[in-house]
Amino acid sequence: MAKPKKQTKSKKRQNDLEKHKAQLKLQLKELGNKIYSDLDSQKFPTIHFPSRSVRNIVYDKKTKQYILGSNTVSRTASNIKHIRPFTQLTWLAFFANELMSNKKSSTLRDVYYSSQAYAVDYDDQSESDAIITDLESVISTARERLNIYPEERSAIFGDLDIEYTVPGYEGNRLNLSSHPDGYLIGPSLSTADFVDTSAEMIIAIEKGGLFNRFVEEKVHSKYKAIIIDTAGQAPRATRYMLKRLHKELNLPVYIMTDGDVYGEHIAMVIVSGSAGAAHLRDLTVPSAKWLGIWASDIAKYKLPTIPMTEVDFKRVSELKRDPRYQKGVWSKELDVFMKIKAKCELEAFSKYGLTTIVDKYLPEKLEQAKSM
Amino acid sequence: MSKTKTTFSGISPSEFFYRNRDLAGFSNPAKALYTATRELVENSLDACESAEILPNIYVRMTPVIDQLRASEPRTYQLKVSDNGPGIDPEKAPDAFGRVFYGSKYKLRQARGMFGMGGTMAVLYGQITTSKPVVIYTSIDGKKTHKFTLRIDIQKNEPVIIKKEIIEGKGTTGTTVELLLTGDSFRASAKVHDYFLESALVTPYAEISFIDAQGKMFYYPRSTTSLPKPPVETQPHPHGFDFEGMRRLIEDTKDKTLHKLLTNNFHRVGATTSTNFFKSAGIDHSGSPKDLAYENIVKMVDEMHNYESFLPPDAHCLSPLGRDILNAGIMSELSPEFSTIAIRPPSAYSGFPFIVEVGLAYGGKVSSGGVKLFRYANRIPLLYDEGSDIAWQVVKDLAIDKKRAYKIPDNAPLALITHVCSTKVPFKTAGKEFLADRPEIERELKNAVREVLRQLRLHLSRKSSQEAVKRRRDIYSKYLPLIAEFSKDLSGKKTLPNFQPMLKSYLEEGEN
Ligand SMILES: Nc1ncnc2c1ncn2[C@@H]1O[C@H](COP(=O)(O)OP(=O)(O)OP(=O)(O)O)[C@@H](O)[C@H]1O
Ligand SMILES: [Mg+2]
Repeated sequence: MAKPKKQTKSKKRQNDLEKHKAQLKLQLKELGNKIYSDLDSQKFPTIHFPSRSVRNIVYDKKTKQYILGSNTVSRTASNIKHIRPFTQLTWLAFFANELMSNKKSSTLRDVYYSSQAYAVDYDDQSESDAIITDLESVISTARERLNIYPEERSAIFGDLDIEYTVPGYEGNRLNLSSHPDGYLIGPSLSTADFVDTSAEMIIAIEKGGLFNRFVEEKVHSKYKAIIIDTAGQAPRATRYMLKRLHKELNLPVYIMTDGDVYGEHIAMVIVSGSAGAAHLRDLTVPSAKWLGIWASDIAKYKLPTIPMTEVDFKRVSELKRDPRYQKGVWSKELDVFMKIKAKCELEAFSKYGLTTIVDKYLPEKLEQAKSM
Repeated sequence: MSKTKTTFSGISPSEFFYRNRDLAGFSNPAKALYTATRELVENSLDACESAEILPNIYVRMTPVIDQLRASEPRTYQLKVSDNGPGIDPEKAPDAFGRVFYGSKYKLRQARGMFGMGGTMAVLYGQITTSKPVVIYTSIDGKKTHKFTLRIDIQKNEPVIIKKEIIEGKGTTGTTVELLLTGDSFRASAKVHDYFLESALVTPYAEISFIDAQGKMFYYPRSTTSLPKPPVETQPHPHGFDFEGMRRLIEDTKDKTLHKLLTNNFHRVGATTSTNFFKSAGIDHSGSPKDLAYENIVKMVDEMHNYESFLPPDAHCLSPLGRDILNAGIMSELSPEFSTIAIRPPSAYSGFPFIVEVGLAYGGKVSSGGVKLFRYANRIPLLYDEGSDIAWQVVKDLAIDKKRAYKIPDNAPLALITHVCSTKVPFKTAGKEFLADRPEIERELKNAVREVLRQLRLHLSRKSSQEAVKRRRDIYSKYLPLIAEFSKDLSGKKTLPNFQPMLKSYLEEGEN
């Protein structure tokens, strides 16, 4: 790909980002204005936003993900039960605005501690986290856009040139295959521009151990892949990263997980999001493919297994009721799990030597995926 | 084949109770020390109240130096003094030296019922220490009669060892000094409970107690109003038994059965009597003395079953009343909230009774479970709580149904139940717990419900006051913060004008 073209693309993205940021700040300021003028005219201020209650989370067939329905909730300072969260929300809007204006980023934990400097009290971090989710709903924007990130981070490795946009590093470039442990997907990577790549696919893998194996076995060059360690259920920053890589670089996304019901759901969340983030968009890759380990692979590859537990069976029946699991490989594999009553881990392939998973399983599954 | 010869012999009441000490509460040295103390104190309180004297009672328990018994159980001297009316010197030896001799065999409410409590203490002391009892009593304040006596157990009669007359102290009263084997270490908790619980329902008494360690416990008088003294009443036909009827007929001078009924029974007038005999099919003009044995049985049966007798009235009863109960609760428990329910008089088997229930919440009442203070004719009942009907009622309402009354867990809650009657249905002569008569249970339930409803009212009033305060605190804290953050967020220079709104909101909360 020619460099000049990339640069224009990057410029455009930069512009879009700036525009989005300005718009976000405007949104926050408007919120402040409304509260201010209500108080000024002797009215208790009220905020409305979409309800995130289970009854308002609906499956949208068109976008193939969970979204919020039309129910809204209001938070009003006139209600004694609301006034404390209302204060917290107002403070958070102010704090996020400050973060963006000063081009600073913060973690969920930081936000919790920062509140104490302003006499806003939270009982614990989970209360603070919940208010952050409220603000996301109010402005329909993920917290990462407000420069607020979770602590858990996953890693990325592969031939991808990026250019930082964070203050102090603007214009600096880095190739993401220069360090064999990979790079943390944090605020600076999430906001970096993608400049150039030779990769032809993205492989997201559930486990750090296998991620390292893939790097050692040079999967990135053998298969021209960018490898991402999701470290279990992919954090939102990682899902956002996957979405950007897919959209901006036009690369297909493949997912490898343990051969159990949780692994299957890790893949599903990358494909179509989670109920917990039904108030947000831009976190899904509907065309991503789950490579395995499928329940049916267990017999096919004669993998060593672990018996399923009571909890596993319960989770299977829960997912059987989820509209996204009603057809295709999703539904079929759940049934096979129920039938064989066993599961296995990615490491099970080591029974056939350390490289079997890369040399045999991966190419066969990629082949199979292309025909799906 | 050997033949065992069966011999018959009568035993005296003293001997019977000596052999069956458990029945009267003297089963072991610890319990005996407690029971002896209690019986003597109760006699003193009864004596003062019946003479309408504000009681001053002094109790001392002194370990006696004894080489042979230096550890528990050991010998104690128990001394109980009162400022009551004293005992007629003619009768004093019998009062303390004869089981089933007393002045309270009447249908009148008193702590004493059986004519054996004080005597049992003397008997037990004599048996365990073989020492006589010493009684001082003065009925005029000028002369004091001092008796040293022991009981002839087989004959059930007092043996006077020494009789002296000494100079009086200017006041009437009685002092009993006796030696007995006791275990004060094990009795101590119950004895202290006893004094505390007595003080709760006799706030008009001044009680000093010096325990075996020489420690003094003083329960001052917190009110000078005495409960109105109970009056003696005639028996109600529903509660009269065959033996009573047989004796009545033997002693009576009444010429007709009609006269016998109207002259000797509670609330039986001419009309009631006529109707009763008609319905019983007995000729009311017949002479009582001519009534055949089986007709006495029949008449008593009919009396029990005839429903149209007027219910017993409760003038003869002496409940504590609101003021006295309240004074006791205040001085012993100083609660945050207290309330009292006094039920109208009711009757079981011809015996009138009144149920009074007090409730104390907070203050000195300890939290963690409901504390029940049970009383019958002002006697604190300390043993066998679980078997008592009052406990069953309290458990059912205040513990099992506490949600209904909004009683929080571990609430500092105490209930005081008092049943007074001309005859309290004790299950044993030891006066420890009430049998479950449905009539009494019903009244206890009504009273406990009533006080719990009052408590619920108090708690909800309190919590709404707390809610108002909380609301004020919350709004004064958060509204200014919202104002400040909205100012910063919107980039304004000054705070919004929210103060008038906050002020009017807080004032609104006051109403
Ligand atoms: N301190 C006292 N002052 C005046 N009279 C007393 C005193 N102590 C006892 N008596 C008299 O002695 C009698 C016998 O007392 P005792 O305790 O044996 O029986 P009681 O009190 O009648 O019944 P109970 O067995 O239920 O206690 C009493 O009825 C009372 O007349
Ligand atoms: Mg007595």
